[in-house]
This record gives sequence, C-alpha cells and structure tokens, in this order.
Amino acid sequence: MALLETRNIHAGYGGMNILNGINMSIDSGEIGVIVGPNGAGKSTSLKAIFGLLNINEGSIELNGENITNADPNTLVKHGMAFVPQEKNVFVSLTVEENLEMGAFLRKDSFKGTLDAVYHYFPDLRDKRYQPAGELSGGQRQMVAMGRALMIEPKVLLLDEPTAGLSPLYMNEIFDRVVAVNREGVGILMVEQNAKQALGIAHKGFVLAAGRNRFTDTGENLLNDPEVAKSFLGG
Amino acid sequence: MNELIFLINKVVISGAVIGAIYAMGAIGVTLIFSILRFAHFAHADLMTTGAFITFFLTAMFPQAGSIVGLPTAFVMLPIAMVITSLVAVGIDKAFYKPLREHNVKPIVLVMASLGVTFMLQGLVRLFFGTGSRNLFIDDRKEIFRLELPWELASRKLVITEPQLLLFVFTLIAVISLHYFLTRSRLGKAMRAMSDNADLARVSGINVNVVVIVTWVIAGSLCAAAGTLLSLDVALKPDLSFNLLLPIFAAAIVGGVGHVYGAVLGGFVVGFAESLAVFNWAVVLRPLARAMEWDLPRSLALVPTEYKITVPFFILIAILVLRPTGILKGKVI
Repeated sequence: MALLETRNIHAGYGGMNILNGINMSIDSGEIGVIVGPNGAGKSTSLKAIFGLLNINEGSIELNGENITNADPNTLVKHGMAFVPQEKNVFVSLTVEENLEMGAFLRKDSFKGTLDAVYHYFPDLRDKRYQPAGELSGGQRQMVAMGRALMIEPKVLLLDEPTAGLSPLYMNEIFDRVVAVNREGVGILMVEQNAKQALGIAHKGFVLAAGRNRFTDTGENLLNDPEVAKSFLGG
Repeated sequence: MNELIFLINKVVISGAVIGAIYAMGAIGVTLIFSILRFAHFAHADLMTTGAFITFFLTAMFPQAGSIVGLPTAFVMLPIAMVITSLVAVGIDKAFYKPLREHNVKPIVLVMASLGVTFMLQGLVRLFFGTGSRNLFIDDRKEIFRLELPWELASRKLVITEPQLLLFVFTLIAVISLHYFLTRSRLGKAMRAMSDNADLARVSGINVNVVVIVTWVIAGSLCAAAGTLLSLDVALKPDLSFNLLLPIFAAAIVGGVGHVYGAVLGGFVVGFAESLAVFNWAVVLRPLARAMEWDLPRSLALVPTEYKITVPFFILIAILVLRPTGILKGKVI
C-alpha cells in the first residue's frame, strides 16, 4: 500500500480543470519529485492534494484512507504537512513562535520535536527569538520547513523549496530534505532545479499540460535521453 | 496652584477616563480588522448593548454591590461581559459568517455591520426605551475630593469611584491581553492569523476557534467600556453616537492591527478631546490679572458641544500625514 497516492485526479479552481488526470504514488520513506515546464500543473498538484482546490474527478489516498477534497485542517491531523512556495512564514512572529504554530494541533508536549528541528537547522536555534521577517531567504525556508515538521508528519509536501535561493542555501536545503527523509518522512516536492532534485528522488514525475508525461525512478528519468532533451535542458 | 489642579481635574483625569474607554473600543476594532479584515461599524453599539445588559442585571439584583462594597453595576460587569461576548459571537454566526463563507468583499461586511448597528440600536430602544438611565440604582456614586498638601491649593482633586475602577480595570485588561497574545498558544495563533491567514490555515490552526476568541475578547471589552463609561456619565441609547468616530480614530491613529497602537491611539484621542474643550481662561486668569488683559469668561479651542469634531480632525490629519498610524499598521 502506498503512503500517498493520487489516482487520475482532475482539479481546478471552481469548475475549470487545470489538472487533467494526474497519477502519483510514493511509499513511506520515499522522496517523490515533480518536475516539468512552467504551467504543467506542478504546484497545482500539491495544492490539490492538500485540499486547497476542488478535485472534480479521481481520488487521493493517504495510508489507504480516502482524503479527496478533505480540508487542510483534517489533513494536518492525518499527518500531512505542506510548505507553500511563497509567504511561508509568519513574518511578525519569532522563529520559535513560527515553529510552535506548526504544532498547533498537537495536544502532547512538542519540546522533543522542537529540539529535533533545531538539530536539523542549527541556524534557527541562534535566531529563535528573532522575528522570522528579519531572516534571509534561505533561513526563512528553514523556518517554513521546520514549522511543517513540528506536527511530525508522515508525508511532507514541499513547493519549490529552493526557489530564489543562493547555490549554497540550495545545497543545504537539499541536504536537509534528504536528512528528514532518512528519519522516515515521505516527501513529495516540486522543483525547478530538476537535475539536482531527481538526483535525490526515489520517484520522479514529469508533468506537462496537467498530465503525467513520464513516471519512473529518479535515476532512470535522469538517464532517459528523451526526458533530458525535453525537460532537463539537454 | 488652584489653576493647576483645575487643569489636572479637567484634562489629565477626564482625558485619561475617556482615553481608557476609547482604548478598549479601539482594541476590539483593531483585533476584528486583523483577523476578519473588515471595519466593524457595529462596535460602538455593541458597547451600548453591553452597558444595557449591565443595567438590566443591576436592576435585577440592585443590592449585590453592597455585599462587597463596590457599585452593583461593577459587580455585575463580569456577567455582562460573558453575555455580551455571546451576543458578539451570535451576531458573527448569524450575519458575518454566512457572508464570509461566500467570500464576499470586505465592503459587504462593513455594510452588514452597519445594518447590525441599526438593529442593535432598535433592540436597545425596544427593551429599554429612549430615555437616559442611571446605573446607580440602589447605591450612589462615591466621589473622592482629595486635599493637596500645598498651602495655596484650596481647590480639591476630584476623582470618582467608577473612574478609579476604570483605571484599574483598563490596566489589568491590557496586561492580560498582552500576556494572552504573547504567551498562550491561542493568542499566538491569533497573531499568526492576523499575519498570514492562508498559512495559518495550512498550519492546521483552527480558524473558527480564533474567530470566536476574537469576538469574545472584543465583546467583553465592549461591555466593560460601555459599562464603565455609563458609570462615569449616564447611560443613554445613543451613547454609541459619540463613541464610533473616536474609537475608529483611535485605532487608525495607533496603527490598525496593533493592539498597543490602539491603546496609545485611545489615549491620544482622549487627551486631545479634553485639551480641546478645556477652558484655558481659568489657567490664564492670574497671568491676565498681572498683565491687565481682558479675558473672556470662556476660552476653549472647541466648544464642548462640538467635542465630536476633535477625533474627526485627528482622523483627517493622520490620514493625510501618516496613514499607517503612529505604530506602522495596515492602511484601511
């Protein structure tokens, strides 16, 4: 049984579909990477999974449970966390308050998780009492990922986590994604930086015009001449 | 010396009294704007409603205050705060929530709140009539006249019991609110939602609970401000008429979305009002005597009947000179 599976989803804002049949599946402990040209429906797929737009056809399952059109609140309770691409931190709240907000639904003590997040992102521990709005782009991205990890998700959805970052931070974020994944968190991420992302992916999904074009392991996609020619810039 | 005491009585004390009232109203306006993104025009009438709920409770149990030695209305205030909160949450459920669920523009909610204003005004008049009421039913207002130790000071410092209660209450309310917003998980969630509502939803923050808490805080402060003001002056169904403009001016002067800004704005507007209507002739009289000037009997910047124009001018000035308010807030 897959950890997260989308079956032939058609989704959009209101009645018009942007996604016209997306099939994706990742097992627990896997990294899935979604790549494709602009307007392929990569971010839209993540938002559809997270209940932010209407799914008009098809179904989504998390751990075998049907979560089609469930609202974000329910999904977070079920162990799914989402990091949007933009505006993904509370700028007026301190770093630690941001992380605390990620644990809003937890009834138990989250002290251990907080330590784990500071362990992943040591920079954040030093800046814990600083408003997140004062941090650099890379550090904000860490706050955003940290916030999502606070619920101890089974699956983490990341929308272009390295967009607009310097190469140094980009590598760091990729490292952290791999480190989080090694702890057993399934990851589904959208990436512009396709080659590097497919390099760490167990599964890759190449989308075009709201449909799957290629689905394979990350390695096979990287070595596929057709994928390379059309989507990875040669 | 007597002139100075006169100034303290008329400007410092009465400015602080009205400032505290405006501050409590403005906190509610600013919180509702941060969480629900609309200017809640029914706020002043929610204050009047709260005061009339206190009046009703006071009339039911007129002797309750004598047991603890405080005005009955003040003893009834906590109950009135709870009831007013329920009224506020109910109004939201009945009128604003259905509109929010249709994703209407903020202006539609503003118009709806205007409708709620008229409804509340009608209901208050329906149940309590149009006349002026006194919240002291079985007890009377204690007035403290403090003598000052200086030789030249024959005039006394005047402060009433409701005024003292108001200062204590405002201080406790503002400090508790500060701790709630910075220490409790729900308070932080309120700030988070005010900062970025979409991300709050994505984080799993229960938006409905945050909305309810917002109305509970705003509603209880409304009941408190309305009651404490009515204890100081008189309770009238048109109390809100003189409150609406100043509390919005206070919220905007302070910087919309800032709780501390709302408190600051409340006192700025309150002191500005009391300075504007202050009779400077009294203070200038000794100087005029020495200089042999001819002073008119009354020398105020604004006649008392036109007090309401003061917040109006402050509002225009702040919108022209610094639209974001003293502490940088959102521009409405």
